[in-house]
Amino acid sequence: MKKVFSHPRSLRNIPTHYCPGCGHGITHRLITEIIDELNIRERVIAIAPVGCAVIAYDYWDFDCSEAAHGRALAVATAIKRVRPENIVFTYQGDGDLAAIGTNETIHAANRGENLTVIFINNAIYGMTGGQMAPTTLLGQRTSTTPNGREAKFQGYPLKISEMLAVLPAVKYVERVSLHNPQEVLKAKKAIKQAFQNQIDNIGFSLVEILSPCPTYWEMNPKQAMDWIRDAMAKEFPLGKIK
Amino acid sequence: MAKITIDKDKCKGCLLCINFCPKKLILKNSQLNKQGLNYVEFKENGGCIGCSFCAIICPDCCITVYK
Repeated sequence: MKKVFSHPRSLRNIPTHYCPGCGHGITHRLITEIIDELNIRERVIAIAPVGCAVIAYDYWDFDCSEAAHGRALAVATAIKRVRPENIVFTYQGDGDLAAIGTNETIHAANRGENLTVIFINNAIYGMTGGQMAPTTLLGQRTSTTPNGREAKFQGYPLKISEMLAVLPAVKYVERVSLHNPQEVLKAKKAIKQAFQNQIDNIGFSLVEILSPCPTYWEMNPKQAMDWIRDAMAKEFPLGKIK
Repeated sequence: MAKITIDKDKCKGCLLCINFCPKKLILKNSQLNKQGLNYVEFKENGGCIGCSFCAIICPDCCITVYK
């Protein structure tokens, strides 16, 4: 009997602090599987965000740095320019990349830095207690929009991937989801492409991942997966954007 | 025949594996693990096809698949 699926080498074998059913765990595993497959564990440098994944470096068995809130791409730019031989990626949530860090994100993308960005979009602020994020859907109830987000007062969900795709320096943007095993495999393919682009010196690559937050969506993990398919994927269409 | 093993101390009982197993071979357990959570267990000899869906969707990477 042959082992066909097991724990990746680059992922430490310890329980994570994430809630049951959280998409961060799946994404952590996908990234570490890809790093093992591409055999770049000794070359990779990850930039952890501020958000639920703030201690991602406890789970990844390769070099990591932490950045101030939203500044992951600024830190990544510096590391990549000083050490171009390393593979540098940032792992950021929607509060980090699309709210406080919008400025750094847009300018790093516009400069066409040769970086890989993993963008976790769960339409809510997870770490701080389920407040509205820029990516919160219209009508979605959060602790700061108890009657649902209204376009008149809070604006529309921010589509950062589409915004970045119009920049000429951005080379690869794809939106994927984690709502079933087939979609997880597609997400893995997209993340692998984003890493391969950096290895081939193609330029700025971003993968947006629609990820469940069962705790603050107030659903069970399966309902959260279904909500991604039925509601989030309608507002944020899946597929290759650029 | 394929089979899976589950690292019960890492399992958080989100039950996503149960929802996506096409053969319904993973069951909820009423016992608690080290984290104080209900973990899941595998029903041996039930005709596991080794599709790995449970391992692919597991957020806590506690499933190993043998085929």
